[in-house]
Amino acid sequence: MPKRDDIKKILIIGSGPIVIGQACEFDYSGTQACKALKEEGYQVVLVNSNPATIMTDPVLADSTYIEPLVPEILESIIKRESPDALLPTIGGQTALNLAVRLEENGVLERYGVEMIGARYHAIKKAEDREMFKDAMKKIGLLVPHSGYARSFQDAARISETMDFPIIIRPSFTLGGTGGSIAYNKEEFEEYVRIGLDSSPYSEVLLEQSLIGWKEFELEVMRDTKDNVVIICSIENLDPMGIHTGDSITVAPAQTLTDKEYQIMRDAAIAIIREIGVDTGGSNIQFALNPDDGRMMIIEMNPRVSRSSALASKATGFPIAKIAAKLAVGYTLDEIPNDITKETPASFEPTIDYVVVKMPRFTFEKFPSANHVLTTQMKSVGEVMTIGRTFKESLHKAFRSLEIESYGFESKLSDTDVYGPDKDNGSEDISNEGALNIVREKLRTPNWERTWYIGDALRLGISIDEIYELTYIDRWFINNIMEIIEFENIIRLKDSHENRDEVLSGLLKRAKKLGFSDKRIALLCGMKEDEIREIRKNMGVVPVFKRVDTCAAEFEAFTPYLYSTYESPFYRAGKSGNTSETDGILECEAAPTDRKKVIILGSGPNRIGQGIEFDYCCVHASFALKEEGVESIMVNCNPETVSTDYDTSDRLYFEPLTLEEVLNIVEKEEPFGVILQFGGQTPLKLAVPLERYGVKILGTSPDSIDRAEDRERFDRLLEKLALKRPESGMARSFEEAEKISDRIGYPVMVRPSYVLGGRAMEIVHDRETLVKYMKHAVKASPEHPVLIDKFIEGAIEIDVDAISDGKDVVIGGVMEHIEEAGIHSGDSACSLPPYSIKTDLVEEISKQTKAIARELSVKGLINIQFAISGGEVYILEVNPRASRTIPFVSKAIGLPLAKLATRVMLGKTLKELGIVKEVIPSYVAVKEAVFPFIKFPGVDTLLGPEMKSTGEVMGIGVSFGKAFAKSQIAAGNVLPVKGRVFISVRDEDKKAILDIARKFCRFGFEIVATKGTARFLEDNMIASEFVNKVGEGRPDIVDRIKNGEIAMIINTPLGPQSHKASYSIRRTALVYNVPYFTTIAGARAATYATASLIEEDLDVKPLQEYHKMGSGLHS
Amino acid sequence: MVKKKKAFLALADGTVFEGVSVGAQGEAVGEVVFNTSLTGYEEILTDPSYKGQMVVMTYPHIGNYGTNDEDIESKRPWVEGFIVKEACPYPSNWRCKETIGEYLKRADVVAIGDIDTRALTCHIRSEGAMMGVISTSVDLDRLVEKARSAHGLVGFDLVKEVTCEKPYKWNEGLWTIEHGYAETAPVTSGEEKKLRVIAYDYGIKFNILRNLSNVGCDVTVVPASTSAEDVLEMKPDGVFLSNGPGDPEGVDYAVKNVKKLIGVLPIFGICLGHQILSLALGGRTFKLKFGHHGGNHPVKDLKSGKVEITVQNHGFAVDIDSLEGVAELTHLNLNDRTVEGIRHKEFPVFSVQYHPEASPGPRDSVYLFKKFVEIME
Repeated sequence: MPKRDDIKKILIIGSGPIVIGQACEFDYSGTQACKALKEEGYQVVLVNSNPATIMTDPVLADSTYIEPLVPEILESIIKRESPDALLPTIGGQTALNLAVRLEENGVLERYGVEMIGARYHAIKKAEDREMFKDAMKKIGLLVPHSGYARSFQDAARISETMDFPIIIRPSFTLGGTGGSIAYNKEEFEEYVRIGLDSSPYSEVLLEQSLIGWKEFELEVMRDTKDNVVIICSIENLDPMGIHTGDSITVAPAQTLTDKEYQIMRDAAIAIIREIGVDTGGSNIQFALNPDDGRMMIIEMNPRVSRSSALASKATGFPIAKIAAKLAVGYTLDEIPNDITKETPASFEPTIDYVVVKMPRFTFEKFPSANHVLTTQMKSVGEVMTIGRTFKESLHKAFRSLEIESYGFESKLSDTDVYGPDKDNGSEDISNEGALNIVREKLRTPNWERTWYIGDALRLGISIDEIYELTYIDRWFINNIMEIIEFENIIRLKDSHENRDEVLSGLLKRAKKLGFSDKRIALLCGMKEDEIREIRKNMGVVPVFKRVDTCAAEFEAFTPYLYSTYESPFYRAGKSGNTSETDGILECEAAPTDRKKVIILGSGPNRIGQGIEFDYCCVHASFALKEEGVESIMVNCNPETVSTDYDTSDRLYFEPLTLEEVLNIVEKEEPFGVILQFGGQTPLKLAVPLERYGVKILGTSPDSIDRAEDRERFDRLLEKLALKRPESGMARSFEEAEKISDRIGYPVMVRPSYVLGGRAMEIVHDRETLVKYMKHAVKASPEHPVLIDKFIEGAIEIDVDAISDGKDVVIGGVMEHIEEAGIHSGDSACSLPPYSIKTDLVEEISKQTKAIARELSVKGLINIQFAISGGEVYILEVNPRASRTIPFVSKAIGLPLAKLATRVMLGKTLKELGIVKEVIPSYVAVKEAVFPFIKFPGVDTLLGPEMKSTGEVMGIGVSFGKAFAKSQIAAGNVLPVKGRVFISVRDEDKKAILDIARKFCRFGFEIVATKGTARFLEDNMIASEFVNKVGEGRPDIVDRIKNGEIAMIINTPLGPQSHKASYSIRRTALVYNVPYFTTIAGARAATYATASLIEEDLDVKPLQEYHKMGSGLHS
Repeated sequence: MVKKKKAFLALADGTVFEGVSVGAQGEAVGEVVFNTSLTGYEEILTDPSYKGQMVVMTYPHIGNYGTNDEDIESKRPWVEGFIVKEACPYPSNWRCKETIGEYLKRADVVAIGDIDTRALTCHIRSEGAMMGVISTSVDLDRLVEKARSAHGLVGFDLVKEVTCEKPYKWNEGLWTIEHGYAETAPVTSGEEKKLRVIAYDYGIKFNILRNLSNVGCDVTVVPASTSAEDVLEMKPDGVFLSNGPGDPEGVDYAVKNVKKLIGVLPIFGICLGHQILSLALGGRTFKLKFGHHGGNHPVKDLKSGKVEITVQNHGFAVDIDSLEGVAELTHLNLNDRTVEGIRHKEFPVFSVQYHPEASPGPRDSVYLFKKFVEIME
């Protein structure tokens, strides 16, 4: 069937800000869908609140709305655009839920919008637990027994049909509070009582536990003709009980016989038909009993998902793109396979390599969070690797994570292993203490468990015991065993005299097992570059193979490559004498002789380095193509647009380590390498790469160093006569103390060379400094600690600019709403600035230009300033793409990363027509989004260490409107009536008056704690008194829980008061009450509230905003 | 670590791969073909259609779930040699009985591992399937010469090597996780009369027989050389022509017998059976460059327009033009537009090139067995 011509305009809903569980995989799917539908001639209307996405680039849709993803706004957009259809399956759970709401509240019917892909009834059937259970029963498939109980009697009755262990989950408690596993009747009775008690609705879900069962996933696609294909099978290394997003997963499934696999495949096909997903992709999760092969259905997602992004990258089959085409009526056999060109998409990809996905966690950001892995996802990103064997891929995954792991490093200290008395190097490693640590680490799921398996094997724990402790299939453990055994062989070579010779014999095998040069070097006491040299001299070099969807059955036309180490083959010479010819290593890289540039991506998403950098890398790639230069992308993050084989001319799916990047450089011999777009990941490689003679495009590594090295940076500022807060660099505790005494507390301390404010802290006194220097960060000559005077109450400004080495043009000046001291990534900001005077803005522009010129920046530069007492201080200079580049680009309508790429290729800004700063006549506000809800027990208070996972953007004609939109988009729905709770520290009391008066004028009632209430009364503002926590009940927390508080303004004092107000913040979070912890934030809220009360939130596409013109400014 | 014994794969064009022996030691000759299935190596090893061939598995980890005594398609392995990247020594599955290595050794199948199977596959893709020798001998020039002088499959009768010696009854149904293979009740007299099917064994896979049983057929398997007269004497309701190895033109006796059955009895053919039927209808067959061996080829049912994901295992194909006026094309391979199914214009006679019995591979096409029952009823 050809595509439908009865629909012309299609609305696509994106997935909003990056949060745990919903990351940039939906930018990848959304971008593919937009491209596919535009290609087919449809008009595409896109809504997403996340400005850091490629999909919200104005060129990808006809109308791009960066607006909050809430039903009211969606209705306004539908009203304005009158789309014919809505594609709800591309934007994750967010889009699916919104589509359901729009159907249920009649909006779709009212405006005549048809849901395509998955219809309402199918979504309901897949998402509603009971309906899904019934559907599975109908087609003869098993689901775990479960039932909701609202009383103890209910629970007892339901449990009669279940086997122990039984999981008890209280309903509507976030983060799994009150959940437990009962292994017997007695425990069951106790836990049900606790569960019913902790649920606000006195309801618990009882679920049969599948502990120890294996977990599998299938990615399924269906078209309008009911053709169904399986794109990929995935086996989770981690068993049931750990969220699939937090599990190490492997494609294809490894331990299923064909008979078992076909049963699963048949089930998947039956499920997609029964649920009634018309077209597109679905993800189905299965549990399998390892003892008898029994299979249960866990769940089905009737949309593209994290797993489908992974499956697309793992197989080369672009699920989202095909799903979009199927949604408009094409059938699978009508769509060509891009990679083979000759064959259609109506087939099942087969692969001849092993794919490993590993999650990336950032528990270091939330030390008080529970680090145990459970059914609730906690990871913030992931890596994917491709190798010819599982061992190779797993090894590559370790080093892709960028956690300084290059193999199976021991997680045990020498004391753990040898005991306190033993000499180092003792052969007796069966230390009880170590065994106990390892057993515990195996028993309790944690992100380091794979490494602990290595330790367990080293300690001689049997594979069977490891299995009993972890339920990780023995196949995986045996593979790890092979690696550990080989480590011992490498290690033993250490003592040999003819080390090099013996070593060279082992390298071939080691590289096939996936060992990194760095790990081999460590094991035999050598240096990484020595190993590299020996290895290359003996011809142990990687080859590159193609991902082709078909295991080489057809020729692949798409250079989507991965490295591996393979065995050579031989060709008989003319004489027929085979033994005399050299071995041939088959490599499919086939580099071209075009001018080419390699772009290094940003690796796994983590807090501090996320989708924003991928956005820049993708733009770099687009710019290269436009300049006629071949673009070569290197990255290992399967969620991203950059790792779509469609994005660049060539894609290397590889870890971003020196070893792997050099291999690619040596194969491709590029004109240069771009590494200023990928965040800290590639930047770390700048100096080593340059040492190997690789040409770094754009700003020179030396200039980067001048900005990053504090002492050189100080000299730079001195030369330009620019001010920065007093500071010093400490290489020891004594130095730190001395510096702090000299510049005076409070001080800002942090390790050098970090991104996202890792381990950055504001220190108010000597005592805290001691604690910080002793526990958090150990200063050393190689790793100095930076100490800056912390300017209290300063306004922070972020500037992004572009420079060609001579001319500098400001991209955007952003005023932070939160004051200096809160990490810039966590602070809301406004472009253009909303409160600072023009002369200060001009001064900031002047300073930015001076610095950029002095550093001969070729490309982008980001500078952070603080304004205090009418003075401008420079906080930080980053001569690279910053996190705000996509936001600024969208706010001003200029693709800064693209322009920067052209500059790096030698164009001047004049040639590109970029001569003046664009200052929009509207306001764009960026707001951060946090993962606190996923981490029970973690304080939500912000500080210099970045905690946010994502961002949203609000645009409006006034600051108030833009800020209001940004809050709604971030999930802080600001009230227009009700009670505002105010409790502020003394310094803020004066400032709060104006804010309190405004809220009174808007018709709010004020509730305040004793001190604040008295102060308000003294100033003729009426307020209702409420107890602080501990002053008597009901207290403020009770009142929040009772739903009596609409908004909270609470500025905490020092660290002591932090603890006292913690329960308020945490309760506000759980009960979703907007709260502000700074005066600046509260003031911004008054603007927003005014705007919400006075006018409707109108919507407008980015394309129209960009046409609105701007106040031009030199 | 135990040092593994070296092994070599020498191809007729002089290409030599060095690896290690992962099965029986010794030497084997055969046509080298690649199979792209991710699962089902035990079924592949025991598929009689691979007689005369050595199979390279494109998936690098082979043997992950070991072998068992259920997942077999005939009584023993038939491949001449087996070629893998990595043969797993530590299988993991609840049904596993032996490792792949133990199994291959016990069955005396010569096998080579630790070679670049993708390079080999690309080579076959571009140069075509060719004869090869796997050996633990290091005299490479001799091995290349041996491969070069080995005769290929064209024109040879390999069926006689794999067919049964005498007729037998089949009494096994399909496999389930809970109960293993179903036992089908023998035909009792009276109401439940089953359809009697004679299955020509050109190298039949058990799962074809299991599927025929499953749709209620009373199946008798007969040797490939059984005459049409003997078949007719058994008064069957239909005749099934099985899969099998090699070139259909090598089995002229089968073609002759089938000719006599067309128009007399309903006929269903699979793979070699489909090719023999086509020859019997006066058609032609030809050798494909490297054949189809795997479980992911899309085949379009031209009547319904629906696409089936099919299991394929053949090196020869039917030329549809040669059947003009006699039979019509019913199924088409969407990858290379080759013939996947035909139907006689007048008689209840049809056949498919692919394997609806699956095993290994997707079971999208099992409906064809029911269709066979329909045309017999």
